[in-house]
Amino acid sequence: MSDPGELNVNRREVMVGAGACAALAAAPPSVRAQPAPVVTPVMTQVSFNVNGQVRTLELDTRTTLLDALREHLHLTGTKKGCDHGQCGACTVIVDGRRINSCLTLAVMHQGGAVTSIEGLGTPDNLHPMQAAFVKHDGYQCGYCTPGQICSGVAVLDEIKAGIPSHVTADLTAPVQLSESEIRERMSGNICRCGAYSNIVEAMTEVAERQG
Amino acid sequence: MRAFTFERANAPVEAAAAVARTPGAKFIAGGTNLLDLMKLQIETPTHLVDVNGLKLDTIEPTPEGGLRIGALVRNTDLAADERVRRDYGVLSRALLAGASGQLRNRATTAGNLLQRTRCPYFYDTAQPCNKREPGSGCSALDGFSRQLGIIGVSDACIATNPSDMAVAMRALDATVETVRPDGMARKIPIAEFHRLPGETPHVETTLEPGELITAVTLPPPLGGRQIYRKVRDRASYAFALVSVAAVIQRDGTGRLAVGGVAHKPWRVEAAEADLPRGAKAVTERLLAGAKSTHDNAFKVLLVERTLGAVISEARS
Repeated sequence: MSDPGELNVNRREVMVGAGACAALAAAPPSVRAQPAPVVTPVMTQVSFNVNGQVRTLELDTRTTLLDALREHLHLTGTKKGCDHGQCGACTVIVDGRRINSCLTLAVMHQGGAVTSIEGLGTPDNLHPMQAAFVKHDGYQCGYCTPGQICSGVAVLDEIKAGIPSHVTADLTAPVQLSESEIRERMSGNICRCGAYSNIVEAMTEVAERQG
Repeated sequence: MRAFTFERANAPVEAAAAVARTPGAKFIAGGTNLLDLMKLQIETPTHLVDVNGLKLDTIEPTPEGGLRIGALVRNTDLAADERVRRDYGVLSRALLAGASGQLRNRATTAGNLLQRTRCPYFYDTAQPCNKREPGSGCSALDGFSRQLGIIGVSDACIATNPSDMAVAMRALDATVETVRPDGMARKIPIAEFHRLPGETPHVETTLEPGELITAVTLPPPLGGRQIYRKVRDRASYAFALVSVAAVIQRDGTGRLAVGGVAHKPWRVEAAEADLPRGAKAVTERLLAGAKSTHDNAFKVLLVERTLGAVISEARS
């Protein structure tokens, strides 16, 4: 099967290449003896379950889970924001836990189970968290939303599992759902539009409905 | 990111040997710090040894009455462990004050100990940095240094260790267990694990090439009020300007370590004798010989005030 994502070099890739050249030219000469660099890309096979389906990919070892999802599986719901784990737009759920898919290599997830926003619900059958974000206007531009929703779903599971947070008053008592707990736990998801208060409302409604 | 070869290790000694025999090799566990640095070509490993399959992910009681934390126990799991919450609250609190939920789900105990500084000049590959390029100079000395170190610094480097977890472990006197490529195990007191920058700021720990952390052990519970107070520029998901990890007993005695001020978690045991006399007396001994910059001179007073808040909380 032909893969348009791999045949066409898009503008972003050209720009990234140009940036790398500029950085190299500006870098001071190294005074350390460096081991010989690996000059050709190293390809490796990896299989993992994505949204209920086993997918097998032949990937450059450098491919992050985020790029595997977006560029190779064309699941573009998961977003690339900062690509450095600071914004949370790339949040997906792997083996039941939310993680930054930009800061993990695809090859590190052999046999794993990945749930991206596409695996939570569909336009005709929204996940309750997706429906609550729509109802409460939990977004404006929508770019951070898939990460917010994946994080939101996992946060409610973490509270149910009794995992404490920075704002949990008593470490030895059961964790209680509260607005401050939601705000603290969602701090790894940045929303440039500032939809935070509506996101808290959406999450609170889902949590209360779950009981 | 530079190209690299990749292998999955099945046993600790095998992993250590693989890194030792391959020039430019590194271990990867959570990867949350290493991949960030690889994308910026600050770290350029030619070979990665994935240690996630080593089954070092359990927390077990020790015969002495403490806990042995596997190197691969994720920060979330360590913070949420019932025994840690009950007996080592300062450690739970420190972990929960660090990073974000997503990062704590991936970050490991050993990886947290090995995370690298967030000095802006270490991250800026267009600027000299003795830690990134030994001998190139330190841009921070005359640069923006608000976040940087005030004690134990050198003319070569004023970077700080960014870990919250390690500050609590220093207050608790944890021990780092390792295995070397030849199969020999050793135990390193956490006080001796991180190094001061001196003339070689790129050498951050006392680990030998290929040496792999297998566990961190905690001594038997200390009791007392266990407090981790972190002061930062925003209320969540930010590195510390100053943090204090303390275990304070009912009679006012105790122990403490400070984060955000040095190349390692900062503890001066002799200063702890002054705890009953209050924060000012402790801070004078704790930070004796401090060498701050124009930008970060405020940290000396901030340590005193943060410690004062901790002592008040312990008495309440």
